[in-house]
Amino acid sequence: MEWETVIGLEIHVQLSTQSKIFSGSSIRFGADPNTQASLVDLAMPGALPVFNENALRKAVAFGLAIDAEIGKRSVFDRKNYFYPDLPKGYQITQMDHPIVGKGHVEIVLDDGTTRTIGVTRAHLEEDAGKSLHEDFEGMTGIDLNRAGTPLLEIVSEPDLRSAKEAVAYLKKIHSIVTYLGISDGNMAEGSMRCDANVSVRPKGQTEFGTRTEIKNVNSFRFVEKAINHELQRHIDVIEDGGTIVQETRLYDSDKNETRSMRSKEFANDYRYFPEPDLLPVEIDHDYIEAVAEHLPELPDAKVKRFMDEHGLSEYDANVLSQSRAMADYFEQVAKITGDAKLAANWCQGELAALLNRDERDITDSPVSAEYLGQLIQRIQDNTISNKIAKKVFEAVAKGEGSPDEVIEAQGLKQVTDTGAIEAMIDEVINANPDQVEQYRSGKEKVFGFFVGQVMKASKGQANPGQVNQILKEKLKG
Amino acid sequence: MHDKTLKHLSDGLASGEFSSTELTRSYLDAIKAKNGDLNAYITVTEEQALAQAKAADEQRAAGNAGPLTGIPIAHKDIFCTRGVRTSCGSKMLDNFVAPYESTVTERLAEAGTVMLGKTNLDEFAMGSSTESSFYGPTRNPWNTETIPGGSSGGSAVAVSAGLAAAATGTDTGGSIRQPAALCGITGLKPTYGRVSRWGMIAFGSSLDCGGPMTRTAEDAALMLNAFAGFDPKDSTSMERDVDDYSARLNQPLKGLRIGLPKEYFGDGLDDGIRAAVNDAVKTLESLGAVVKDISLPRTELSIPAYYIIAPAEASTNLSRYDGVRYGYRCENPTDLQDMYMRTRAEGFGAEVKRRIMVGTYALSAGYYDAYYNKAQQLRRLIRDDFQTAFDEVDVILGPTTPSPAWKIGEKANDPVSMYLEDIYTLSTNLAGLPGLSLPCGQVGGLPVGMQVIGNYFDESLLLNIGHQFQQNTDWHTKTPN
Amino acid sequence: MSLDRSQVENVAQLARLQVTDDEMPDTVASLSSILDLVDKMQSVDTDGVEPLSNPLDATARLRADEVTEENHRDDYQAVAPSTQDGLYLVPKVIE
Repeated sequence: MEWETVIGLEIHVQLSTQSKIFSGSSIRFGADPNTQASLVDLAMPGALPVFNENALRKAVAFGLAIDAEIGKRSVFDRKNYFYPDLPKGYQITQMDHPIVGKGHVEIVLDDGTTRTIGVTRAHLEEDAGKSLHEDFEGMTGIDLNRAGTPLLEIVSEPDLRSAKEAVAYLKKIHSIVTYLGISDGNMAEGSMRCDANVSVRPKGQTEFGTRTEIKNVNSFRFVEKAINHELQRHIDVIEDGGTIVQETRLYDSDKNETRSMRSKEFANDYRYFPEPDLLPVEIDHDYIEAVAEHLPELPDAKVKRFMDEHGLSEYDANVLSQSRAMADYFEQVAKITGDAKLAANWCQGELAALLNRDERDITDSPVSAEYLGQLIQRIQDNTISNKIAKKVFEAVAKGEGSPDEVIEAQGLKQVTDTGAIEAMIDEVINANPDQVEQYRSGKEKVFGFFVGQVMKASKGQANPGQVNQILKEKLKG
Repeated sequence: MHDKTLKHLSDGLASGEFSSTELTRSYLDAIKAKNGDLNAYITVTEEQALAQAKAADEQRAAGNAGPLTGIPIAHKDIFCTRGVRTSCGSKMLDNFVAPYESTVTERLAEAGTVMLGKTNLDEFAMGSSTESSFYGPTRNPWNTETIPGGSSGGSAVAVSAGLAAAATGTDTGGSIRQPAALCGITGLKPTYGRVSRWGMIAFGSSLDCGGPMTRTAEDAALMLNAFAGFDPKDSTSMERDVDDYSARLNQPLKGLRIGLPKEYFGDGLDDGIRAAVNDAVKTLESLGAVVKDISLPRTELSIPAYYIIAPAEASTNLSRYDGVRYGYRCENPTDLQDMYMRTRAEGFGAEVKRRIMVGTYALSAGYYDAYYNKAQQLRRLIRDDFQTAFDEVDVILGPTTPSPAWKIGEKANDPVSMYLEDIYTLSTNLAGLPGLSLPCGQVGGLPVGMQVIGNYFDESLLLNIGHQFQQNTDWHTKTPN
Repeated sequence: MSLDRSQVENVAQLARLQVTDDEMPDTVASLSSILDLVDKMQSVDTDGVEPLSNPLDATARLRADEVTEENHRDDYQAVAPSTQDGLYLVPKVIE
């Protein structure tokens, strides 16, 4: 049977405010345990929450970015459950009246086609603390520094039809929130976390199959692997005559498998109700307008501009605008060099390979945009060849200095002195009479051999254009 | 000295008749003599009180005294007080030394008051008799076989028996007004949002309100002046100017329109209380007030609405007591679930557990609409009834309680009969309105009270009425033997 | 409305309150009597009435995004049942 997959993502984005959503504690990552846990965060008796305006502003910015309805009146609710990292015994979240309503984003697939993915809603809530399961003599340690960090939970429609689409969607959301500057999007530090709802159905069937929820798939790579694994499990179970149980599953990246989270003895009943310690949040048109005015250029607009202004292909424009940092980098290089296409090639070629190899982010690139720009300028003014440029790039990446410094120190300056090139060519011709004979008798393929020999003799520094030209003349005899 | 009003004591301190240290010592002596029988205080903070008294005397000597400087008062043990055990009447918090100060107690301390100690209450303020406290029942000084009312019973007794010049209380469904009535003192529940809830341990968040418990309305005004007003730490605190509550006390009542809701004078009302309230109405009429019969048709529905909303909010407010960060933890938990289940079963008393379970049920899947949502809809209707009434009258008056204090133990195992005693006080909390209970008579040697309910933020008017009434009656001057 | 034992058990589990077998009959009875009391409201027609969750129908006041809290860990953990290395300790949590 042919199966269709149905995927929806719930993405939790930590908002990059200074303080927590309901208290004045810092949300800085990496502090000593419980040093950023205030009376409110610890749920001390009598402590009360007060809502952080900047969290609201960031949520509204996201809503505007995905063309969503903004909740003019949003309401916080209590979601009740017991867990040691949830100090109040309830999470403050938004149930019936979220700050962001229906919206949508566009994703571009590998084959270049675009799809519109619906966003059901996005709501504000507080993060929980962390449970540390290392051995404290059989006990679990609780750190509440993270408790109360503002989260925007972005819920998609079940519009995604493959793991690849899910990844593309996740990347798109990542790029939107980082463009907006509402989150650092750092998945390794948990600034962005993802749960996937997955089901399969026979192709053509309209109703959905039973879904399972995969918790905490927290890298682009794992999202794809986890979803694919879970989809295959669904298909295997169904094709073996079994049925899928609606449940929550945990992805184990070491074993590349999902497993059922310990079945709860009793079903959850979160008993949502309006949080009486917080009043409904009302915002007016002016507030929304003020946020809209400060929105930066968003990825889709940037793609379009890269195509129009820089003449990039849609594919290149998409790749380069995936993150705001990458786009800014590219634009800087393009500005320095005045050649957007060359800048794009380098950004997607050597630079991307380098970052990929070292598992670094563009913000952490060992080669700055200024240096890459300088490097390209040296190609443009014939100081070095493309091939030497790659060598220089490697050296710059290793921290050996600016491109100019590297070229100078290693003596990589291209040889453009016609006399010097002629001398080298003469030497090569004299040393290889047989090949000269072959060439002159019409075997023009041998020409490449001569170019190679000359370049070798010049240690790659001879200007290839000049070599070609002079060689041709000399070989004519 | 202990039957003097706060105002008298304030004048005495100002004139140098006695020092705060002397006054504080005399209250501490009275507490030593009587608290064993009455159990009004859970914790007496003698050392701290004497230090504060000394500081107050120094402040006065330096010429910086205000009306409350050096006045010894008591705080309901529901307000967090830094460095002092804050138990909320519960085993759960028996070992809880609060690491911070509530806004109400902080503002009173800044006004120069001296804290004598923390008073007894129904566990987590859930009760109308102060019997459900982990620290045992508080006794009514008018008859120690009877309950003082609750949940602020310890504060009411402290003031009534002369163990404090004034006290703080909290009122979620009548917890200031009802014990004030049953102990013969004055108690004001302000408008919801007028007094900060920061540091006041939550019972029903949308209903809870701190307020003063004093001998007179004049004293209540002095207390409220010190702690009412906006607090940025409480999102439900109203950003709105505060009156000088003492300023209007002497306004004549001529032309004041008083509404008497017929539902407050129905079958369940004790005849003695009915007579006392009717006499009080006559007194107010003689002062120029105009009386009008009105109706608050949904009064009876305030009981079901309240006994869903308050437990529902309480059920989740009390989830934080899990044995992880503070408070009681059971011995040798076998696993996490065992820790939760036993910590909470052992740390909470019977009434608290009952209300947590009722509230949990009312919010649970499939019942939310029929209970919680329905109750909140009724709440709006109840509030609308009041607003309709306030189109015609300035204040609403009736008895505070349907009966005088009952015997200790009489209703302890019958929660429903206890709940019905709150019939006249619950709806003001549901509507968020201010209510003032004033002593207005005695029934069988026990004090009874009447309640004046005002529109939002009309505390000044209520205190004005209370003061004028007390200028013309002497019920508030009577003290137990 | 009267509750049965299994409903009470479910509620007690949700609320994390252990109710022993000895306590169960009284618990069932008292909860049932309270629900009987509150069920009086079921007869009232509240169709179309907006629920009132804050008596003043007020709206939120927002806080400026500033870090105002300092580290008071030692102070706050002085009242904790069990801590180690700045962490609160609880019986092992098994996922």
